[in-house]
Amino acid sequence: MNKYEPLGRKLDLRRGCVDLSHGAGGRAMARLIADVFHAAFDNDFLRAGNDQSAFDVSGGRMVMTTDGYVVSPLFFPGGDIGDLAVNGTINDIAMAGAKPLYMSASFILEEGFPLADLQRIAQSMGEASRAAHVPIITGDTKVVERGKADGVFISTACVGVAPVGLDLSGHKARPGDVVLLSGPIGDHGVAVMSRRENLAFETEVLSDTAALHKLVAGMIDAAGASIRLMRDPTRGGLAATLNEIAHQSRVGVRISESAIPVRPQVAAACELLGLDPLFVANEGKLVAFVAPEAAETVLAAMRAHPLGGESARIGEVIEDDHCFVQMTTGFGGGRIVDWLSGEQLPRIC
Amino acid sequence: MKHVDEYRDGEIARGLARRIAEEAREDHSYRFMEFCGGHTHAISRYGIEDLLPAGIRMIHGPGCPVCVLPMGRVDDAISLAKRPEVTLCTYGDLMRVPGSNGASLLKTKAAGADIRMVYSTLDAITIAGSEPERQVVFFAIGFETTTPPTAMAIRLAQKRRLTNFTIFCNHVLTPSAIQTILEASDPDAVEIDGFIGPAHVSTIIGTAPYRRFASEFRKPVVVAGFEPLDVVQAILMLVRQVNEGRAEIENQYIRAVTENGNSKALDEIADIFELRETFEWRGLGEIPHSALRLREPYAQFDAERRFPVVTKPARDNPACECGAILRGVKRPQDCKLFGAACTPETPMGACMVSSEGSCAAYWAYGRFRQLEQPSMQRASR
Amino acid sequence: MCLAIPARVIELLPEEMARVSLDGVVKTVSVALVEDVAVDDYVVLHVGYALAKIDEEEARQTLTLLHEAAELGAGA
Repeated sequence: MNKYEPLGRKLDLRRGCVDLSHGAGGRAMARLIADVFHAAFDNDFLRAGNDQSAFDVSGGRMVMTTDGYVVSPLFFPGGDIGDLAVNGTINDIAMAGAKPLYMSASFILEEGFPLADLQRIAQSMGEASRAAHVPIITGDTKVVERGKADGVFISTACVGVAPVGLDLSGHKARPGDVVLLSGPIGDHGVAVMSRRENLAFETEVLSDTAALHKLVAGMIDAAGASIRLMRDPTRGGLAATLNEIAHQSRVGVRISESAIPVRPQVAAACELLGLDPLFVANEGKLVAFVAPEAAETVLAAMRAHPLGGESARIGEVIEDDHCFVQMTTGFGGGRIVDWLSGEQLPRIC
Repeated sequence: MKHVDEYRDGEIARGLARRIAEEAREDHSYRFMEFCGGHTHAISRYGIEDLLPAGIRMIHGPGCPVCVLPMGRVDDAISLAKRPEVTLCTYGDLMRVPGSNGASLLKTKAAGADIRMVYSTLDAITIAGSEPERQVVFFAIGFETTTPPTAMAIRLAQKRRLTNFTIFCNHVLTPSAIQTILEASDPDAVEIDGFIGPAHVSTIIGTAPYRRFASEFRKPVVVAGFEPLDVVQAILMLVRQVNEGRAEIENQYIRAVTENGNSKALDEIADIFELRETFEWRGLGEIPHSALRLREPYAQFDAERRFPVVTKPARDNPACECGAILRGVKRPQDCKLFGAACTPETPMGACMVSSEGSCAAYWAYGRFRQLEQPSMQRASR
Repeated sequence: MCLAIPARVIELLPEEMARVSLDGVVKTVSVALVEDVAVDDYVVLHVGYALAKIDEEEARQTLTLLHEAAELGAGA
């Protein structure tokens, strides 16, 4: 055993901060990677200490995705930027009906960012990654000057494998298809808003951040051939996702407001702030467009999984050259659900 | 949610719709204006027009304070925000309102100005107290519902002896706007048979100020709550007034509105504010005695006296029909710019800038109606 | 105008403030504009201020009228 530490003294994770040396490629950076990232992500790939990792892939088509995470605030009820990054990236793979295999994570750190916060984020990522059985096998770290990043930005990529013959895509919805939703909407956006200055309220609405690949696997097993497409309604909410799909598939969508689950607290928070839950982000939900004859089967498979216990049939696909998303309100009238322009802002009027 | 969900009951809605269909005379057309932007929003969001028989038409009025705020005042707020010592606090609704040359508070914030979105004037006061080196300017807009919160902020600023807090006052008055509509002599004007009076403005001013519209202009006014059943019940009450030849002030929102309103709030407003001789309303032009400014004893809280604010008139696009739309003379789909140059992403005029404006509401919730097949059902008898 | 929502007063605070709850979402607001507010009262809330108290009796009356009007419609 060496008498001295080759990487220098251990980082002061409680009180230390990121500085420019941590991104300079030298000993300090190696220390940061070891003490924070390797400690949290711990796996054989990372322990090998290379700039890349190699793995075998078999049995199907490879699927790849990339994502960036810039959420502010970094910590919010129910999660943080770390588990958001892991779960969100896994979900992009899962929406193709594919099994996520390995992830990468790249960090842009702002000079001055507290190491304690970084460790917390890395630990969240490690936990989420282990829970999902998707290891983070390669990464990168850069540091930028104070003011050039909002604490930390995380960029990820994930590769997975889709079974042969499965080709889910946004342009495949057809009139008659059934629209299924895996659970209540609006939790994540409201949780994040509740931490923002001047919009705070005291109640804990938790982000719904979750990895959905096991839920998806159950759905594919039940009736994979009858699923046209799946998508997770993140930014822009359910409204954005349904409009995207309507346009991609050149169809209309008709949904029923009373069929869409919303938690009472989320509904109340939205009323208070003048928000519409349809436009609020989710991080642990999916919509699936399914052939009508298989709808009940897929719905049952969704409800059988803990992340889909409140799954509901919310509407169907119709012919419509204008590609509108129409909704029958709980009140009985009709309205369209438009794509929002830009971020939904709280309103007083 | 108590006092909310009960008023969103679809079954009662259908029952009321049948009642309205029975009582509305077939040979008569009814045109009712809902003054308040919040009612415009509710009508669109809940699809209330689907429940009404074809003879009843809802005309959307100018009760949207964001919509009627002239571009010149938005430009002023942007100039204030650009001052390095100023922290401009604003409600979310104003962030995207376009000023001249496509500028907005959102874009100005992106360029580095200290602009902070707040939920309440209380937050602006808190900021002023905790950041004494900043000049905090609160961008105050709204009808009589929103004026008392501004008044209370000034009281708090007084109490806490804040020297770095001012308001940029753009509060406007409801009865003046209703009068302007009634007095407008448009050749194309549609005769308005009655008004749905605003819900929460009325909690403050009461129902008394509407009396003169009934007596002078012979128009029924029914003050209605914000929930969809409130609106539908108010429509039924208006139909009955028209059928019976009455022109009265009725209060549907009895659970929150009284005849005399909120005297505490009214006293505060009377003490702190006075009438401006005239004020420009986007789309409606100059209206006398329609807006408020701070009285002399409160000059120290007036941003227009602390900072050099010279409001330049800013012109709307000449093809913009907002004026006619705000007066209820034209509909969004009658405007050449609607849906083409003018969309929620690129609003050209007042009616598109706020989610309550007629054009924005129609775009967001209702534009499928024009394009639907003629067989689309209205409430049948 | 104006988005305003009824919320239940759960606690009175000094300086004319109160905590209110809307289906479990709790906010601290000003009650300076309303007289005689008590715990369990419902107030109409707008931009952080209570503007009026909801009169429970009048609310009941409104709901009764609504139900009556709807039923009469259904029969005829």
